[in-house]
Amino acid sequence: MPATGDPAERKTTYREAMREALRDALRADERVFLMGEDVGRYGGCFGVSLGLLEEFGPERVRDAPLSESAFVGAGIGAALAGMRPIVEIMTVNFSLLALDQILNNAATLLHMSGGQLPVPIVIRMTTGAGRQLAAQHSHSLEGWYAHIPGLRVLAPATIADARYMLAPALADPDPVLIFEHGGLYNTSGDLPADAGPVDIDHAAIRRPGTDVSLITYGGSLPKVLAAADDLARGGISAEVVDLRTLRPLDDATLAGSVARTHRAVVVDEGWRTGSLAAEISARLTENNFYDLDAPVERVCSAEVPMPYARRLEEAALPQVAGIVAAARRAVGPEPFTVGAGAPYQDGKAAG
Amino acid sequence: MSATTPRARKPRARPKKQPAHVPALLASMLRIRRFEERCVELYSAARIRGFMHLYIGEEAVAVGVVEALTDEDAVVSTYREHGHALARGVPADAIMAEMFGKATGCSRGRGGSMHLFDASRRFYGGNAIVGGGLPLAAGLALADRIAGRNRVTCCFFGDGAFAEGEFHETANLAALWGLPLLLVCENNLYAMGTALERAQAQTDLAMRAASYGMVSWAVDGMDVLAVEDAARRAAEGVRAGSGPHFLEMRTYRFRAHSMYDPDRYRDKAEIERWKENDPVERLAGRLRQSGELTDEALAELEQRVADEIDAAVHSAEQAPEEPVEDLLRYVTSPVEEAS
Repeated sequence: MPATGDPAERKTTYREAMREALRDALRADERVFLMGEDVGRYGGCFGVSLGLLEEFGPERVRDAPLSESAFVGAGIGAALAGMRPIVEIMTVNFSLLALDQILNNAATLLHMSGGQLPVPIVIRMTTGAGRQLAAQHSHSLEGWYAHIPGLRVLAPATIADARYMLAPALADPDPVLIFEHGGLYNTSGDLPADAGPVDIDHAAIRRPGTDVSLITYGGSLPKVLAAADDLARGGISAEVVDLRTLRPLDDATLAGSVARTHRAVVVDEGWRTGSLAAEISARLTENNFYDLDAPVERVCSAEVPMPYARRLEEAALPQVAGIVAAARRAVGPEPFTVGAGAPYQDGKAAG
Repeated sequence: MSATTPRARKPRARPKKQPAHVPALLASMLRIRRFEERCVELYSAARIRGFMHLYIGEEAVAVGVVEALTDEDAVVSTYREHGHALARGVPADAIMAEMFGKATGCSRGRGGSMHLFDASRRFYGGNAIVGGGLPLAAGLALADRIAGRNRVTCCFFGDGAFAEGEFHETANLAALWGLPLLLVCENNLYAMGTALERAQAQTDLAMRAASYGMVSWAVDGMDVLAVEDAARRAAEGVRAGSGPHFLEMRTYRFRAHSMYDPDRYRDKAEIERWKENDPVERLAGRLRQSGELTDEALAELEQRVADEIDAAVHSAEQAPEEPVEDLLRYVTSPVEEAS
């Protein structure tokens, strides 16, 4: 007999958590179906949907031909006709072949029709680098999608978010894109007993701190948490903000964090130029300029197509050491050890 | 090759009487024709702006195909969609107001000529990306299949779309899954300024569509009765569960691609030749021959159409603008207030 009440915490993986979320969704609403390449018989390119075909059958766990534009567009059409499709695109790299449907139809139809045609679709895809997959299989283009009005863009970074972000995404009447970092699927951990539906309007503070805000999302979160540990050992208290939702951005949580720490480092696996990190940096500068004691730092991917060789790839991606260094630059040298004379602040203090 | 002597045809004793609904087909085509002619005037007067693509010459396709559909069926269209929208029953004043960019427009002034929508009539609108409506149409059909509803989704697209990957992806997917989809290719021989033979290695589109395992016919798209007949049979096939059907409607646009197009890429004589086959004239001629259309009746019809268009223009002129404060409306669905 399965236990009816969950134990306090349950060991699971990001992949299994996502699968449970899909299973829940398929059970809860007969309008929900999963469609994509190899989601059925193969069990999902990354094994996420393994076993769902057997449970829900080929109509609801639907293997699609390799036609990203057609099956994403078909998901949009099915959403218009009252279904709640979950479309899986193997990876963000292939989503480029469906960009027309995502941008020109999913994101646009509600507005272009004067409010007549909401598109309640969820499109999931893997994103990110770090597995030596070279230039065409390592993109982090979620920042591009976050550019587009009409879309909601989510990046579950934790096991709990993998488990509980799908339901609110499906409840959204508008298109939602979920980016699952390929490096996270195998992460294992405890699913807290009190975890429940994720608030997809707000960022999450993953670790409170007072000296610097480390702002990140998705696959970079584990690196940023490791950097925060490292900084703590050096006496710097870093607050870690997980954006969770890349569009619309939760400006209030970012502002609150920077108001406490006065310094910000944005960590984003996208290329630096025109990145989501650039947007966040601009917003902090526009909205929170007088809270900032230092320029906003960015740690992004190097501006290079992702190389295959391990050393090169590691050098191209944000790493813990780089995040720590950026945080230290932002925090600056400790004020009371600068030079030999009186602390800088005293010079300005009123008599 | 030996020359064959053409057999002398016996003149028919009496032209066959047309079925009862045929005069309505004429009225519908004429209405589209006159509506668009008025649009040209309004465009020249700068009342309508943006891209505007005219359907003049192709009216038989929209009218004949939509005649074969029920209210429950869905229509997905292209940027050349005034005719589809009017035939589908989207009110002329809502279309005109949309082109005026007014709040009473069928897309509340957000769409314009290329993006007419009417959810209540299952008219899923104009798509300005060539081929972009095809996957969407497959999805509408898929939803019906999954939900067990016996409805047809009809998707109009042009010969240009036949060169796009989205057509071939959708054709394969629809045939593979046996979707209730009616694919209506309006082959007007030009993808903007590029002639069919300059864009397609094999110009027999119906034959190529058949290679996907779909029922596929080429139809005289200048003959509304031929169009209607083919569309009825195809829609019946779709309803009977035999999967997607493809109709290549061989047609021609008499006007340029859009209001910006100087039309330098085709021979004037070619245009004149096709005009001899004008679908409106052709049907009017038949009805005259069979004694079902008198000059008085035609004049009365013209007047009725002109009155409707006058009223549409008048109401569009009077209609309120959408307030600028509503600029960001409809980007996302309104948030339900938690009570």
